[in-house]
Amino acid sequence: MTPEQGPPGPVHVRARGWGWRHAGRKAFAARGLDLEISPGERVLLLGASGAGKSTVLHALAGVLGANDEGEQEGELLLDGAPPAEARGRAGLVLQDPETQVVLARVGDEVAFAPENLAVPREEIWRRVGRALDDVGLDLPLDHPTTSLSGGQKQRLALASVLAMEPGLLLLDEPTANLDPAGVIEVRDAVVRVLESTGATLVVVEHRVAVWADVVDRVIVLDAHGGVLADGEPGEVLTQQAPRERLAAAGVWVPGWQPEIGGRMPDGGGETLVTARELTVARTRRGPAAVHELDLDVQEAGALSITGPNGAGKSTAALTLGGLLRPRSGTLRASAELAGTADRDPFRWRSTQLVQRIGTVFQEPEHQFLTPTVADELEFGPLRVGGVVDRERIAEVAERLRLTGLLKANPFTLSGGEKRRLSVATMLATAPRVLILDEPTFGQDALTWAELVTLLRELVEGGTAVLSVTHDADFIAALGGAELRIADGVGRVVTR
Amino acid sequence: MSTDHLTPVLTGRTLVRANPVSKLFAAAVITLALMSSIDWVSAVVVLVCEVALMPLLGISVWGLFRRIWPLLIAALIGAYGTALLAAKTGEVLLELGPVLFTEGSVAAGVAVGLRALALALPGIFIVLTTDPTDLADALAQKLRLPHRFVLGALAALRLVGLLMEQWESLGLARHARGVGSDRSVSARIRNLLGQSFGLIVQAIRRATRLATAMEARGFGGGTRTWARESTFSPLDAVVAGVGLLVAGGAVTAAVLACTWNFILS
Amino acid sequence: MATSPVRTGTSPTTGQWRVVDIVVASVLAVAVGVVFFAWSAGYSGISVLTAGFPPLAGLYSGGWLIAGVLGGLIIRKPGAAIYCEMLAAAVSALIGTQWGLGVLLSGAIQGLGAELVFLLFLYRRWNLPVALLAGLAAGLALGISENILYNALWTIEFKLLYVLFAAASGVVIAGLLSWLAMRGLARTGALSSFAAGRTADV
Repeated sequence: MTPEQGPPGPVHVRARGWGWRHAGRKAFAARGLDLEISPGERVLLLGASGAGKSTVLHALAGVLGANDEGEQEGELLLDGAPPAEARGRAGLVLQDPETQVVLARVGDEVAFAPENLAVPREEIWRRVGRALDDVGLDLPLDHPTTSLSGGQKQRLALASVLAMEPGLLLLDEPTANLDPAGVIEVRDAVVRVLESTGATLVVVEHRVAVWADVVDRVIVLDAHGGVLADGEPGEVLTQQAPRERLAAAGVWVPGWQPEIGGRMPDGGGETLVTARELTVARTRRGPAAVHELDLDVQEAGALSITGPNGAGKSTAALTLGGLLRPRSGTLRASAELAGTADRDPFRWRSTQLVQRIGTVFQEPEHQFLTPTVADELEFGPLRVGGVVDRERIAEVAERLRLTGLLKANPFTLSGGEKRRLSVATMLATAPRVLILDEPTFGQDALTWAELVTLLRELVEGGTAVLSVTHDADFIAALGGAELRIADGVGRVVTR
Repeated sequence: MSTDHLTPVLTGRTLVRANPVSKLFAAAVITLALMSSIDWVSAVVVLVCEVALMPLLGISVWGLFRRIWPLLIAALIGAYGTALLAAKTGEVLLELGPVLFTEGSVAAGVAVGLRALALALPGIFIVLTTDPTDLADALAQKLRLPHRFVLGALAALRLVGLLMEQWESLGLARHARGVGSDRSVSARIRNLLGQSFGLIVQAIRRATRLATAMEARGFGGGTRTWARESTFSPLDAVVAGVGLLVAGGAVTAAVLACTWNFILS
Repeated sequence: MATSPVRTGTSPTTGQWRVVDIVVASVLAVAVGVVFFAWSAGYSGISVLTAGFPPLAGLYSGGWLIAGVLGGLIIRKPGAAIYCEMLAAAVSALIGTQWGLGVLLSGAIQGLGAELVFLLFLYRRWNLPVALLAGLAAGLALGISENILYNALWTIEFKLLYVLFAAASGVVIAGLLSWLAMRGLARTGALSSFAAGRTADV
């Protein structure tokens, strides 16, 4: 491809009775898809979890794999050719900013795709400059990719696929893992790119409001195959019938909030954990993340820890949870919470900890220890006392809709199920303090509502609930105090 | 656990400019010469040359020591092991029950220890002066190694730091579930096995997603161009020449001193 | 049902490496290197013990061999054991659990040990006996090559003892543990892109 020709134009997409079944699975991931997307159209692709949105995007990008990895029916064509034969015509950006960085330097990262397409060297560097400009990343080419923020990493991923000069831009929940500032940053970069390239766009995202003004068409996939609704955003998102079906499928429809149960908690009671001039650090020798925190964690109270990505929210939460050694200052459990154990939570043995403070990590898989969901739920109680209160476990499982999954391997659950299980395992040992790191990240509206309801009820029942979160709706629903962390300082704001 | 020594802080200015392939060549011939024989003369010759070249690393003695002290201990242990287990010739130097050191066995141990040190240092030279991306560029462009494997390995090496962080965070996450502070050895081993399994699950998941991201950017096709050209300069001839000189000098000295002791003989 | 493959693919038996094979093999080798680093922080006590009688070190040398056997069991492509073992060796040189270029040679030799067993079964059998044999062969390769390259001055009885310990360690640590890990990984669904993850009974 010579530079004089310029990039080929936007891509036309056609699907005819298309379906895909992953090897070794009984059910099709997507099926019966008939679609026509005109060049330059901007499409928001919606559907319940499991409706096959990601499968469709991966197929369009030509990365579903070869025929030993699955079975295809019907046809899916980009400008009349199968996606795998149209290398470089489609550019895919994935959800997780961390897993799509390939190389160590910004310039090399953007150059990677055109290198793979055997673009001549001078042309590669021209494209690198243009792509970084288009996404608004004004960084030296040898800038290390590890030091970028989540939003910057996603813009870098966008620039990396732009360097292929694709006619079709595919975004798979590109903002689901970002803080609010990062979401806007990436959305705006996409808008700018579309204006300059005119490429066709297909974006998948739970949070519809982010993209509703950018796209000119919304397609809703049916979990049972085919298309549920298709039309202009105004039609699909405002008409009663499609709206209700979307909401029922857990899609975040603009202007609608899932129904939540429980009461808005009112102020807390007795103090369970006290932090005074607490300075926290992730590693023993590394820099301190937050300096001199003063904080009381109260029973029957909610506390949200907020602040930009990388501000040290998780480090603060892990320290309050007795998992990280405080750099300086004091962290004291109340005599009532400590019971027979030491007053310093960091000195608790892990079996003492699980009965007092439960911490739910952002990545549920990090906390899975056994081969089945049932074993997971019994693990904590067994460790603590050797006896299992089956009634309580059954109740927790029921409450978090895990009863039907008791025999499943925890690692094979869906994202929402994993999140519910990781909360349930903590509740099994009934800690008085529950700490959650980004509990609502990437969750659909239904799981979100369940979590919020459950946490409200826990607070009402006397548990102290601390959440690290960016989610304004979540904070509003739980109420309580807010610890705002920025620039190494934390301030408690009570509303 | 410190991860200081993982961050490639490139120190030696001159050697950083040399092509990684010439550095690899020099290190390989020196290693080959040392490997061929276990004797103190060749080891000392190489060690002296390596120490003389150390200013090229542009790192303080203390900084170097902080990175390589475990190596010194390993060399000592290797020396001790051979002194303990080699043929007991010459006069007895020390006898403590079954433990017996003689002149012959201690000399063998000293040779092994010096050789271990001399063998390790070329690797340190390369790690301290070579950017992994430059190395991959050179391996694929100059040595014509299959580029898909070279780039796959490069992308994976970038994850060392990330996986280390993940190991720590897995440890915390498991502690929060009630495991990790057992005192018994078997419980600790079981916990470590579980944590290792957890890390490998995360690594494979991450790798699978990374593979998708790479494939979506056209990776895996037949031909490919390189945004940065790996080049040779006169400096590379010097580096390769010095390597040959050190290796040749070591072999010659050992043969002349009649200490050459070929490992397959 | 009409099926038309997206593209002419490579079935696992043709031996061609897919992108996902290469990337997962690479990251697996790196992860095993990191795990070994983490463990080595804990076993400095053991190394003091084995220093008293160096052939004992053979007993935990199987740890070095996991990358090759596990890589072979998961990827199931010709060269996987050698590639993973060599890359893991390179990682250990990088993070300072081993030093020098010699480690690459050792990695190649140990990987070759496991690789030969997988080749013997024509890359078709991946059950427990094959895994144990691969561990054994890797252990033997390690013991013999270390004796030639580094322990050359030991007297013969200690060399034999070292090989024996390394072989036993290869069977248990590299063979059995890798096989258990492969089975456990298959059950988590992490291997869904691989034949290893799709075979119902592994």
